[in-house]
Amino acid sequence: MSTMIAIKGLSKTYDTGFQALKTIDLDIRRGEIFALLGPNGAGKTTLISIVCGIVRASTGAVTVDGHDIVSGYRAARSLIGLVPQELKTDAFESVWDTVSFSRGLFGKPKNPAYIEKVLRELALWDKKDSKIMTLSGGMKRRVLIAKALSHEPRVLFLDEPTAGVDVELRKTMWDVVRALRDAGVTIILTTHYIEEAEEMADRIGVIDKGEIILVEDKATLMRDLGRKQLTLNLNRRLDAVPDALAAHALTLAEDGKALVYSYDTQGEHIGIAALLQDLSRAGLEFHDLHTTQSSLEDIFVDLVRQRR
Amino acid sequence: MISNLRAVRAIYMFEMSRTARTLLQSIVSPVLSTSLYFIVFGAAIGSRISEIDGVPYGAFIVPGLIMLLLLTQSVANASFGIYFPRFTGTIYEILSAPVSYGEIVLGYVGAAATKSVILGLIVLATAGVFVPLRIAHPVWMLAFLVLTAVTFSLLGFIIGIWAEGFERLQLVPLLVITPLTFLGGTFYSISVLPPPWQTVALFNPVVYLISGFRWSFFETADVHVGVSLAMTLLFLGLCLAGIAWIFRTGYRLKA
Repeated sequence: MSTMIAIKGLSKTYDTGFQALKTIDLDIRRGEIFALLGPNGAGKTTLISIVCGIVRASTGAVTVDGHDIVSGYRAARSLIGLVPQELKTDAFESVWDTVSFSRGLFGKPKNPAYIEKVLRELALWDKKDSKIMTLSGGMKRRVLIAKALSHEPRVLFLDEPTAGVDVELRKTMWDVVRALRDAGVTIILTTHYIEEAEEMADRIGVIDKGEIILVEDKATLMRDLGRKQLTLNLNRRLDAVPDALAAHALTLAEDGKALVYSYDTQGEHIGIAALLQDLSRAGLEFHDLHTTQSSLEDIFVDLVRQRR
Repeated sequence: MISNLRAVRAIYMFEMSRTARTLLQSIVSPVLSTSLYFIVFGAAIGSRISEIDGVPYGAFIVPGLIMLLLLTQSVANASFGIYFPRFTGTIYEILSAPVSYGEIVLGYVGAAATKSVILGLIVLATAGVFVPLRIAHPVWMLAFLVLTAVTFSLLGFIIGIWAEGFERLQLVPLLVITPLTFLGGTFYSISVLPPPWQTVALFNPVVYLISGFRWSFFETADVHVGVSLAMTLLFLGLCLAGIAWIFRTGYRLKA
């Protein structure tokens, strides 16, 4: 898969002296959904803002489909649609006017049929003549997405698109995003809702304190870092893990009525069979068992915590 | 530099529709306040004042009043036009669009200047109702009108970038433009001032604007029309340099 966005040696230090980005090297592949995860203040929005031309880079270079974002800003930016994190909208303009304005601003000829299609997809068609100030927060979010899509971008940045958005809109948005990806649009999203990244993304990057600390295919990430836990609910309380089971890395639950066994699904020696044998040999009976797989959120929290 | 004409058009039409939406405060109120000047200074008091340079007082103040309106409206309109998207945050879209700085300025300043010129012409027509008017050099009159509107819309754009609150937006028009216009010969020829003050007045840029504009009406002027034109162009150049600096450094636009 070819590279759509190439970020090389990018850093940003604001005039206040705050270093928002250290040295970022990152390639976004054509047609993928890339989720950028990171805690608040990690540099997600700064990174997006530099690629889109809103913030100047201190060092480094970015190309979008081969066009440098500084020397070839027209070509680069005309490929990009941006949905900002905050609800920055006009107040007195109608939905139709503001979306048409965006299309003109990006140098595209008028195309009412296309604007209508975008508004219908986002369930905004009924509101096309409404003033933006009369819309709810969720509707304004849709307007921002419609504006970003108005000029048929090949790259779409979604900065925390579902912050404060209800379940229905979230579903609509993901349907739109999937349709865009099927049409070959490259999508970069930042989110706090890790289940979204887990559900949507092809690849995941984790940024923390201005550094990319991990970029991985989601499936690989889940497989490599995914850990499973087997919990055995015992019939009687234990005070400690019996010596007979010491060979297994077991922990006793706080109430003493469950044993927890952590294992790596990719490990060569998972050891569940041996554990169960030793368990019956030790005369321990259990009435229930269940396994849980660590979510992307656990992985993410672990990664970031390790660096603290 | 200017190749995304659709973007220029989009910004221009956005600004013009803002004017159309606020027609009452945009057009009616400046026309009304200027008409009041005509009634009070032109008709009521003016009838007791002798002619200046052979021009009846009521007619004499017309170019000055149009300039007063042109200057304040150009600055107010252009500064608000660029300040408001900064205030609401919608400027992100302009900054991330494939537009050059020239295109951004052309859209915003073009719209602000257009509105000022339209206002100026409306007030000129209104003045014709109150006082008999003749325009000796209509082409020069229009040229000064457009040049001044563009220059002060550029100044307004700079103020709109510089301002970090609505009160600052009002500060320059209120504390600088209005006094300079009143002292710049709106209501009198600077030749009526005592000699030392005549020299001081020559440091007021608005004197040249009003003088040149008045010459296009009555062929009487405080300074030679060529000097007026040169000073207007000089000020235009300064404003353009200021805007070039803003965009080169990203001043208050890009972190």
